[in-house]
Amino acid sequence: MPVIEVTHLKKRYGDLVAVDDVSLAVEAGEIFGVLGPNGAGKTTTVECVAGLRVPDGGGVSVLGLDPRRDAAQLRQRVGVQLQESQLPDRLRVAEALELYASFYRNPADPAELIDKLGLGDKRNTAYKKLSGGQKQRLSIALALVGNPEIAILDELTTGLDPQARRDTWGLIEQVRDSGVTIVLVTHFMEEAERLCDRVAVIDRGRVVALDSPAGLVSTVAPEQRIRFRPSAPVDDRLLTDLPEVSAVQRTGSQVVVTGTGELLHAVTSVLARHQIVAADLRLEQSTLDDAFVELTGHRPAN
Amino acid sequence: MHAFRNILRIEARLYLRDLPTLLLTVGLPTVILVVLGLVPSLRKPDPTFDGQTFVSYFAPSLLVVTLAMVGVNILPAVLATYRERGVLRRLATTPAHPAALLAAQLVLALAGILASALLLIVVARLAFGVPLPRHPLGFTLAFILGTAALLSLGLLVAAVARTTRAAQALAVPLFLVTMFFGGVYLPRFLLPDVVARIGDYTPPGVQALLDAWTGAPPQALHLGIMAVIAVVAGAGAAKLFRWE
Ligand SMILES: Nc1ncnc2c1ncn2[C@@H]1O[C@H](COP(=O)(O)OP(=O)(O)O)[C@@H](O)[C@H]1O
Ligand SMILES: [Mg+2]
Repeated sequence: MPVIEVTHLKKRYGDLVAVDDVSLAVEAGEIFGVLGPNGAGKTTTVECVAGLRVPDGGGVSVLGLDPRRDAAQLRQRVGVQLQESQLPDRLRVAEALELYASFYRNPADPAELIDKLGLGDKRNTAYKKLSGGQKQRLSIALALVGNPEIAILDELTTGLDPQARRDTWGLIEQVRDSGVTIVLVTHFMEEAERLCDRVAVIDRGRVVALDSPAGLVSTVAPEQRIRFRPSAPVDDRLLTDLPEVSAVQRTGSQVVVTGTGELLHAVTSVLARHQIVAADLRLEQSTLDDAFVELTGHRPAN
Repeated sequence: MHAFRNILRIEARLYLRDLPTLLLTVGLPTVILVVLGLVPSLRKPDPTFDGQTFVSYFAPSLLVVTLAMVGVNILPAVLATYRERGVLRRLATTPAHPAALLAAQLVLALAGILASALLLIVVARLAFGVPLPRHPLGFTLAFILGTAALLSLGLLVAAVARTTRAAQALAVPLFLVTMFFGGVYLPRFLLPDVVARIGDYTPPGVQALLDAWTGAPPQALHLGIMAVIAVVAGAGAAKLFRWE
């Protein structure tokens, strides 16, 4: 049974339709990505799930409960890290976690959580003195301090440097491994590809695709591309005769073969049979980036 | 209640950590009092002030300083900042309600005002022989209602201002007006009579404080106006306040 079910969600701000028609279901224990360009309605969607906004239409069910009617129960069981939410400048790391822990019936041990999130030596540091990555980790810690069954994390690595981003990803995987269902809002393809079991791509308030990252890539952009410099002249027909190959192009001394399926194997076999060595061989597969462009017509942010 | 207590404890700690602001808000009126009190002629009874000293006459206006600073300046600024930075919103995702944080800020504002007033009254009494308020009940009532009126105005500012900057833009003129009509910038006997009379009815109602301090019961109309302002501004703030 899904832990989160959203059906035909609709939300307007005045005349602006932020969420037009979003339906999705999140399964227990998965990392579910909500992907989409800026302004697509990702934050609005998850804030409806978190009970922070009232939908104009459609249904939301979280752990079988209604986010508005059963708000008190769900606040105990769902941890939320909001996009761009800060803390008072002078509040210290340990104080923040201890305070937030005190709101919950069955909280995690703040000291343990601080260590786990790598903030051990920042325990007594004021919020204002933390780096961007440390603030973000504290924010994740606050979302987890209630021992939630579901954690909703909105844009958790935006504004972090690549190293801090990778560290955060490792952390999220740990959290998932401890049994927490995670809803991750992001506009970074790499993040979705690395972390998410399934991804809903949202564009202009609608779900335009919902699949595993690999599934999205293969259905939307199945093309692969091989580049190499042959050690001896290659007749194009040698390659175009292969069922896997759809096109052969040449740029200078380079041959570029596009196709599908076991393209690499087919091409290297035929070359080997003709004693041609493929120098500088590179396989370019479509990424979630390509799928994203295909689905939304936008370049992903980066 | 549990969450409120913990939030209050933490907010109090943050308040104490900001020592310069704390000293300024609690101590400034007393510092001004001491500076004025060092001038011998201001310690002599003077017929201009019905035979009181200038220091006695001016003490209620000094009460206005902290009331205005805390009520219409600090309180809205803190609340607007908390809202702008998403502190209130983050709290709304937890089992604690952001109203607990608002309540904690009100308690701290009251504590600051009370500490400042007590310090002023005690130092005025001990150092400069200013008698303790002679109509204690009336004084307490005038003080409570004046404080309530100013805090409600502060909450109203926090409610209508979307950002910290907007809160400041509203709070600063309100602060200046409060101080001016409260006779802080110019002692009230130097103000044109009509301005001084207006000041009787602008929060915190300095005439009622002066009357009660010197022994006359405060006028019902003065107190009533403060109560009305407190209720109207408070209700407006409650209606308009946004957590995000
Ligand atoms: N509180 C709000 N008031 C008015 N418009 C809003 C509000 N929040 C978001 N929007 C608008 O709704 C649309 C969707 O926003 P959002 O859900 O934040 O998108 P995303 O998180 O995908 O970037 C955007 O056009 C945004 O400007
Ligand atoms: Mg967003």
